[in-house]
Amino acid sequence: MNKLKNQDGISRQIWVFFCSVKLTVYLLVLLAVTSIIGTVVLQNGTPQQYVNLYGQAIYNLIQVFDINDMYHAWWFLLLLLLLCINITVCSVERLSLKWKIIFPDQIRFNADRFLKSKNKQTMDLTRQKNHLLDPCERWLKKQVGTVVRQTDGDTTLLYAEKGRWTRLGVYVVHASVLLLLVGALIGAVFGFKASVRIDEGNQTGRVFESKTREPIDLDFIIRCNEFEVSFYDTGAPEEFRSNLTIIENGQESFTTDIRVNHPLRYKGINIFQSSYGTATPDAVRMHIVDNTSNTEVTRDMRIGDTVDLPDGAGRFTLQGFLPHFEFRGNDLGETFFGLVTPAGETGFQIGMPVRFPTFDKMRQGQFTFVVDDFEKRYYTGLQVTKDPGVWYVYAGFILMILGCWVTFFMSHQSVMLALVPLDNGQTRLILSGKTSRNARNMTLKLKNMAARLENLLSRGDQI
Amino acid sequence: MNSAFALSSTTLLYGLAMVCYVGAFAFKKKTLATAGFYVLAAGFLANTAGIGLRWVESYQMGIGRAPFSNMYESLVFFSWTMAALYMYVEMKYKEQGFGVFVCPLIFLSIAYASFDPSISAKISPLIPALKSNWLIAHVVTCFLGYAGFALAFGLSLTYFIKPKQPGNSVIFSRLPDEEILDELTYQMVVFGFLFLTIGIITGAVWANSAWGKYWSWDPKETWSLITWFVYAIFLHLRMMRGWHGRNLALVSITGFMAVMFTYFGVNFLLSGLHSYG
Ligand code: HEM
Repeated sequence: MNKLKNQDGISRQIWVFFCSVKLTVYLLVLLAVTSIIGTVVLQNGTPQQYVNLYGQAIYNLIQVFDINDMYHAWWFLLLLLLLCINITVCSVERLSLKWKIIFPDQIRFNADRFLKSKNKQTMDLTRQKNHLLDPCERWLKKQVGTVVRQTDGDTTLLYAEKGRWTRLGVYVVHASVLLLLVGALIGAVFGFKASVRIDEGNQTGRVFESKTREPIDLDFIIRCNEFEVSFYDTGAPEEFRSNLTIIENGQESFTTDIRVNHPLRYKGINIFQSSYGTATPDAVRMHIVDNTSNTEVTRDMRIGDTVDLPDGAGRFTLQGFLPHFEFRGNDLGETFFGLVTPAGETGFQIGMPVRFPTFDKMRQGQFTFVVDDFEKRYYTGLQVTKDPGVWYVYAGFILMILGCWVTFFMSHQSVMLALVPLDNGQTRLILSGKTSRNARNMTLKLKNMAARLENLLSRGDQI
Repeated sequence: MNSAFALSSTTLLYGLAMVCYVGAFAFKKKTLATAGFYVLAAGFLANTAGIGLRWVESYQMGIGRAPFSNMYESLVFFSWTMAALYMYVEMKYKEQGFGVFVCPLIFLSIAYASFDPSISAKISPLIPALKSNWLIAHVVTCFLGYAGFALAFGLSLTYFIKPKQPGNSVIFSRLPDEEILDELTYQMVVFGFLFLTIGIITGAVWANSAWGKYWSWDPKETWSLITWFVYAIFLHLRMMRGWHGRNLALVSITGFMAVMFTYFGVNFLLSGLHSYG
């Protein structure tokens, strides 16, 4: 890196380009401004939605700049990449320049700088310097830290400091930004977000990627034993709970409950409760009423089964089930569908909402079909995710908080106490200090320290 | 006493405090500002009691949840965090002047909660996704952050009210001088930034435990990130580029606009996962 710095030419120019905080500010402004786009323009919609919303011309523009998935668009990722390079280059450069200064082999201090500083408290004591030296040194060590002693003619200088390491806080913050982005990248490359519906009693080892609907096979099989939903008096859902069994190599591994906010994490796969609904029932009891003779037969059927209608009048197939059936703008709820094929004619489809047993009667056909009873089952909607990057992200979170804390609220403080013998036998103490941030606080602190020191020394010899 | 009564009293007291501070500003009366502080403190006690009682009442109703989970509660809590931080700063730095810019915000937040008919004060049970301790951590830290930014905003506004030549007009003598303004604005932004950072992080951890994704570019998330960027810009401009004074105050004002949009704009104008601020 140092070689690079001393080189002239293109690589040097690139380095200098990335080495500027101005660039950081521009990049942050660009990121802030462009991020707005994705909150205003519909994300991940269908082409039709875009054309309807914005018209064809704007949709073309949207496509060119990937604005339909803006936060993953090449130019947005490029901005993030530039930010990463910027942070890295800047930090490496500054740190390599400052490292020797921050952590010198031997701690030195510039007495003149302290003596000229505005942050200074002076007091004159009637005692001789020799008597004051040791107490002062002990006091300073207790207040701040290890003391370095220097003499300059008659004057003795005591120097102590603490928090040198806090100068690194800002680099921790910057490293945390990188760690977050690395974690996000790992998650994007090696992770997935998928979902699956499992009926109560059923099992599957295959889930479907949320956006592409591509199937993904897991290393184990999930069985949903039971799903439960409880409601508040208001009708709002209180809790969703799925009882799941994990099956590996044909053997049941374990059984557990998952709830919203309480997922199952197993072998790097996270399983979340995300939705639920009524599953397609297995067995159904049907009444078939012959309206001409007013006779009625009962049949136990499964979805897909076909039965003969009485007296060779034709056939009936139970085709399917929907948890919600939209009919003339109303939701009729759980509804079965069947295909009626009268003898010698083509078939037609009928709907049989469970809540409205007379629904099919309104059709006024020869037969009325009613679903009398079925075994109600739920399906549980699971979100299945894998994100091996999440631990990097969490580590980044922790580092960012710690780094911000250190950067904002801690500082490298150094204090120098000069003991100057005066002609009249008195000793002048000059307490001055420096800090890497928040100078105002330092002034106050020095005032307090001086007061305490004077108090201590004037109490006499017992210290 | 119940929470409704306590919170109505809070609104009244905060309104009164605002009048005091405005009066102190307009008629340059120090005593009015001091009175304002005590009224504000009384309002703060009522505010605290109101939040506490609401918590207790939720248990009495058999719902039992922390009072931080809808628009109404967040507005009440926002008033609380702003009042707490303002009083702390006034006591620590002995600067009374800028209360005239902060008290209206404190009052407006709780007044809006009480008077807008579309904001329900009812204690309703939580949907399953909101039942999480991360929710409490998330809301508390976010609103501490917002309070820091609100104060920074109030302080930044004073730059544009104060005459350029200090001492020109006695009316403004109650306002902090430029150096202190600059330092205080910075302190408030730093406070806000730390808590906004923690707020975003706790939100991400919560999202990861509820939905399996710590970040999904939901509009509210994105806007909080935008806000975070703006204040990161503020910090770098100040620390690395030596910006101070009015220019920097403009960045702080922009930041607070972003906060307001994150809080309200997103709810009204955009759609997403979050049900409230
Ligand atoms: C959004 C991501 C961030 C980027 C891209 C970024 C970038 C930079 C860059 C390029 C510098 C100058 C180089 C250097 O001195 O090391 C810098 C300096 C600095 N940044 Fe950041 N930064 C980011 C976030 C933060 C945050 C969140 C903080 C808050 C703690 C922060 C605090 C600082 C400080 C205090 C300095 C001065 C460092 C010094 O004195 O050496 N930065 N930042």
